[in-house]
Amino acid sequence: MGVKALDYETLNENVKKVQYAVRGELYLRASELQKEGKKIIFTNVGNPHALGQKPLTFPRQVVALCQAPFLLDDPNVGLLFPADAIARAKHYLSLTSGGLGAYSDSRGIPGVRKEVAEFIERRDGYPSDPELIFLTDGASKGVMQILNCIIRGEGDGILVPVPQYPLYSATISLLGGSLVPYYLEETANWGLDVNNLRESVAQARFKGITVRAMVIINPGNPTGQCLSEANLREIINFCYQENLVLLGDEVYQQNIYQDERPFISARKVMMDMGPPVSKEVQLVSFHTVSKGYWGECGQRGGYFEMTNLPPQTVDEIYKVASIALSPNVPAQIFMGLMVNPLKPGDISYEQFVRESQGILESLRRRARIMTDGFNSCKNVVCNFTEGAMYSFPQIRLPPKAREAAKQAGKVPDVFYCLKLLEATGISTVPGSGFGQKEGVFHLRTTILPAEEDMPAIMSSFKKFNDEFMDQYADNWNRSRM
Amino acid sequence: MAPPVTVNSINPKVIECEYAVRGEIVILAQKLQEEIKAKPAAHPFEEILYCNIGNPQSLGQQPITFFREVLALCDHPSLLDRSETHVLFSKDSIQRAWKILDQIPGRATGAYSHSQGVKGLRDAIAAGIEARDGFPADPNDIFLTDGASPAVHMMMQLLIRSENDGILCPIPQYPLYSASIALHGGTLVPYYLDEATGWGLEVSELKKQLEAAKSKGIDVRALVVINPGNPTGQVLAEENQMEIVKFCKEEGLVLLADEVYQENVYVPEKKFHSFKKVSRSMGYGEKDIHLVSFQSVSKGYYGECGKRGGYMEITGFGADVREHIYKLASVNLCSNISGQILASLVMSPPKVGDESFESYSAERDGILSSLARRAKTLEDAFNKLEGVTCNKAEGAMYLFPRINLPAKAIKAAGEARTAPDGFYCRRLLTETGIVFVPGSGFGQVPGTWHFRCTILPQEEKIPAVVTRLTDFHERFMDEFRD
Repeated sequence: MGVKALDYETLNENVKKVQYAVRGELYLRASELQKEGKKIIFTNVGNPHALGQKPLTFPRQVVALCQAPFLLDDPNVGLLFPADAIARAKHYLSLTSGGLGAYSDSRGIPGVRKEVAEFIERRDGYPSDPELIFLTDGASKGVMQILNCIIRGEGDGILVPVPQYPLYSATISLLGGSLVPYYLEETANWGLDVNNLRESVAQARFKGITVRAMVIINPGNPTGQCLSEANLREIINFCYQENLVLLGDEVYQQNIYQDERPFISARKVMMDMGPPVSKEVQLVSFHTVSKGYWGECGQRGGYFEMTNLPPQTVDEIYKVASIALSPNVPAQIFMGLMVNPLKPGDISYEQFVRESQGILESLRRRARIMTDGFNSCKNVVCNFTEGAMYSFPQIRLPPKAREAAKQAGKVPDVFYCLKLLEATGISTVPGSGFGQKEGVFHLRTTILPAEEDMPAIMSSFKKFNDEFMDQYADNWNRSRM
Repeated sequence: MAPPVTVNSINPKVIECEYAVRGEIVILAQKLQEEIKAKPAAHPFEEILYCNIGNPQSLGQQPITFFREVLALCDHPSLLDRSETHVLFSKDSIQRAWKILDQIPGRATGAYSHSQGVKGLRDAIAAGIEARDGFPADPNDIFLTDGASPAVHMMMQLLIRSENDGILCPIPQYPLYSASIALHGGTLVPYYLDEATGWGLEVSELKKQLEAAKSKGIDVRALVVINPGNPTGQVLAEENQMEIVKFCKEEGLVLLADEVYQENVYVPEKKFHSFKKVSRSMGYGEKDIHLVSFQSVSKGYYGECGKRGGYMEITGFGADVREHIYKLASVNLCSNISGQILASLVMSPPKVGDESFESYSAERDGILSSLARRAKTLEDAFNKLEGVTCNKAEGAMYLFPRINLPAKAIKAAGEARTAPDGFYCRRLLTETGIVFVPGSGFGQVPGTWHFRCTILPQEEKIPAVVTRLTDFHERFMDEFRD
């Protein structure tokens, strides 16, 4: 018998090309060390509950009741659950077509999609159509579905920010498309220059690529910047002029740590701009229950909202969604609860506000602690985390360190991050996993470790870094001064 | 300026793929349902009876209490700190919840887990597989997914490099396979199940189709077997399975074993044997055969479709390939935790001596025996219809009767630009509210017509279904009889 179908040589090449550093080499090494008994601080993925953030009480009460509806008939249920959780559970169960265990509409429970539409309308001031909102098993699945529609082959290009969250590069790779990078400017707070965009598109077209869509991640991952309204207008105009679908990854919209640039949705800006832009630009916006102050990553709950897509295209997207039958129902209820939160006067309202604000205020403080901590280190420069959940410091690796990395057969930031891991147990993701300018190195950590652990983590990092920098210091350069 | 994402310019593979289970007929049914809601007298029936989809709990089947107790406690672990919880939950469900939460780092059910799924839950599943088969299972071979379907997609992604790669699929088949192959740009290589022998799977047919594909330049990479079958309901005999395993080994094919209906067997003369068990009992180990086995929480007696829980067990792959499978799984981070927990419960349910064992078995047996009764009642009803023959549903959740449509009906269908079985199903829907899926959605021998009907409407509704169907069929045949 010759070569078998799943021998390595005959695997789909697109699969072999895919990279996803968030759970790549560093993470695997960290897991190995953890098994050997080393204490690891996982800061590689935006996974708040894994680092001690507690789930919000109210949604868990509601979903537990939906999970076990026989509780609702029990006279003692009030001993364990507040009346508003009980009412909400009954409300969501009534929206399902047979409880949590039945496939829902492939686009998601209509009643929940209506709540999402109402949320969008309250947020933006423009009506939203539930028929154009599809719930998905996490926002990632939605991104994959939409990119699958857009990418026909390697001739199709998708504009992706660099640095980017590698879901985009991985998916484009898997689908056999072309990633067209546009560089964010680190010295301008990771700002977006439309001239850079034009240049990227021109270069791609010169290579024969049809650029079809543009991804923006706002607030940014890993970079954390919050786009200004002016910037969003420029981007939307650009998409209008260049005939691009705008893909707005807005999963961090609740994570804002400064007051100068609050979150504004791409849709709101587009609607504000009026026709023709508001009627012509095709936009898909993504959101999730995994981030914000909810952090319910394990539920796998998300949605995408389509604006200005022709009905036949929507039908095709529906058709593909139906092959997966339906998104998981418990997560749909989490989504409903997230977009339709408690109101003043509700029994559980105060506890809910206390828990939410506690988390957000702590995230804001931790964003500051981390940024300042990194900036106090030798050869490290770090932009402030305006939003999202990450810090993305630039590590200025001296030539000797880069040489040592080369000897070790590693990309320089991977080399640094591995050494950091072995010395301190801090598990990060090297900047090369997100893309960066040639010769410039970064790492990504989350701002999620518990606040009380932060000072120790930052001082452990500083000790490692400063020693590393001394070890690989460029003596030749110094003596020339 | 033409907008970029129109039907003319989206990925043609998306346009090409079809999924009839939620296709045209179903969309029409939903429309009619809305119309009845707005105006109850709008149609000659009071309600739509969805017999198109294996979605038991949407038709009144109750979930297994023990499973839901454990899931509720895992969803809201603070309950375990309250003394009142003992009043509302069984003791063993509380114990099981503690055990599961201890296997989840930080007891955080809201955190992304390991991309293959929580290790402790995989251990439980591996133990369950071993108990079922009598052969060891490795938790590292298990990938927990949001239902079995994403796992199928992953394998197609891995196997299909271009349209020159073919996947052998049964005809009739569950159209996830045809859709997934289309989406990934591969070629479906059909092999026909034999209706005359209870939907038998002949290795001679497999060989014939394999050779035909090869001669067309297709590189056939895998064989899909659905056991128990969907839509056909047959349970493979063990000897048959051994032939299939031998065939895959000899031809170097990956065996993709869809075993999601493993708990749905309704006839005493047949038993479910996993392909893993069959392979191992033939002495075939990791080096002999690539095998991927799919299981789900959506079917069986648990019917938890909405939870999206399932797994694939992959054996016989090298470390380098496994690395890539892991990598694919990691791009989506992980499957939903609640679904993972449920998969572990399904594979390690209450045992004799557990407090909940009796109520659990009563619920389970009640559901399974009811399904067996409904399968028989509907099978008999179909066989009484003029021009209709129906094989026994040995397992799964469906009947797939064959209808010999008179020439007049076929002509009328042609004029209506619909396939004849679609024509019949549409008429059935608009006159009775009953929703079947036309056989063309599953594939059939050309020139034959079928439809798929689930056995899931509640037992008390079955007589009404039979009456409406029978009356409709008589009228239809009166109209179109030659």
